[in-house]
Amino acid sequence: MAVQQTGGEAQQDAEVRELAERLAGGDLRAVARAISLVEDGTPLGWGLLDRLYPRTGRAQRLGVTGPPGSGKSTLVNALAQTLRERGERVAILAVDPTSPFSGGAILGDRVRMTAATRDPDLFVRSMASRGNLGGVSSATYEASEILEAAGYDRILIETVGVGQSELEIVELADTVALVLVPESGDAVQVMKAGIMEVADLFVINKYDREGGDRLVRELQLAMELSDWRRGGAWAPPICTTVATRGEGVREALDAAERHFAHLRGEHQRLTQVRAQKMQRRLRMLLNRVLLRHAWRDARIEDQLEAALARIAAREISPYRWVQEVLQSWRRQGEEQDG
Amino acid sequence: MAEKIRILVGKPGLDGHDRGAKVIATAFRDAGFEVIYTGLHQTPEMIVEAAIQEDVDIVSISVLSGAHMTIFPRILELLREREASEIHVIGGGIIPPEDSEKLIAMGVGAIFGPGTPTGDAIAYVRNWWQKRAAGAQNA
Ligand SMILES: Nc1nc2c(ncn2[C@@H]2O[C@H](COP(=O)(O)OP(=O)(O)OP(=O)(O)O)[C@@H](O)[C@H]2O)c(=O)[nH]1
Ligand SMILES: [Mg+2]
Repeated sequence: MAVQQTGGEAQQDAEVRELAERLAGGDLRAVARAISLVEDGTPLGWGLLDRLYPRTGRAQRLGVTGPPGSGKSTLVNALAQTLRERGERVAILAVDPTSPFSGGAILGDRVRMTAATRDPDLFVRSMASRGNLGGVSSATYEASEILEAAGYDRILIETVGVGQSELEIVELADTVALVLVPESGDAVQVMKAGIMEVADLFVINKYDREGGDRLVRELQLAMELSDWRRGGAWAPPICTTVATRGEGVREALDAAERHFAHLRGEHQRLTQVRAQKMQRRLRMLLNRVLLRHAWRDARIEDQLEAALARIAAREISPYRWVQEVLQSWRRQGEEQDG
Repeated sequence: MAEKIRILVGKPGLDGHDRGAKVIATAFRDAGFEVIYTGLHQTPEMIVEAAIQEDVDIVSISVLSGAHMTIFPRILELLREREASEIHVIGGGIIPPEDSEKLIAMGVGAIFGPGTPTGDAIAYVRNWWQKRAAGAQNA
């Protein structure tokens, strides 16, 4: 839905201020609304992120990724329960894919998130990946900033590991747990898929099933053999869990803690890593506003339609046409500046 | 990015069939909605809490157990308590027409009986959404 420009910036400022105050005061409806606003890419959401930014940066983001059905939600639920017992305020972002056919989605991770019943200090939000520029990471990152500003110490982010999304979780999270199960094949397959590199820790879930030990051994061997992360000070530990029974969950959490402590330790790694990610994020944000700016002029669609016949008739090449559009933007820009 | 219709689909009560809920969840997804599926055995408290955290526009629940005259009013009451009455409640299941009428008088948007084509529910949701958007523009 288009946000009305009428009423102007003053009104928007007032709305942003009001929402930010409610959010800081622990109003869950405000938190939930704010996430929708950033998810929909509204100017109000953007204004809110701007206002809340000084209150971000303290929380730890733990990403949990892995193949479909590997037990990520069950594990996240168990992790959240353990963290709640330790008195931390926990938020969960569970991302599921948007259907490329309808644009709709079934977000079903909540089925396993049974810990989230009437506990104001455990917030669960399901998100569809949609088609956002910047992929899963952009809107989810922004949602995690909202949650941080709302005072959640710990943000758990679940994404399904198919194709590119494992890589995106790296942009989102400080620590990434890669969940594997005995039936997801041997370790060589995992290595071939090129997803091992995202893991700060491995969680072999469904360890009650046959083949868990074998997967652990193969994984150990694979890590020894590859020169992957040679010289890196962090060796990803391998944890084993039965998430449905809560077994091994404490140990997996401790491993994540050690990784975070390692990041925060001597060499300022956390600062460095976050700066690198911010650099990529700034590029992505800049791309987003530039694109939005470029397409704002409705005439461009008409020009595009009009060009089709000329291009088909070979009167003009697509490459020349694009250059001409760019030049007309430049001229417009100069007129506005001058 | 365009705003999406977000719908919670849940199944309260103790009976163990979620076929109906899955059918409607799939139909809603294919209509382009974002469906938050909460699964079986949900209490009204759980449903309302989830609806708030997920910032849904609509809660759609199916009740087969015969407990509809307690479950729907309780959900409406909880939404009022949480100052979230703008979340629209619809439902389906085996509900006699006279009860349907009573529930609609209480504030349930629509009740779809067994065998209603899923297209009817989708059309209802789209129509409600458009009316709400128009209302927001006039306000
Ligand atoms: N045997 C066994 N089953 C498990 C374990 N952990 C999870 N499961 C089961 O595996 C199934 C999938 O669990 P989820 O937690 O939904 O898996 P997921 O990775 O979140 O699934 P998607 O989000 O759909 O990709 C459920 O039936 C769980 O009960 C485990 O440690 N052992
Ligand atoms: Mg899941």
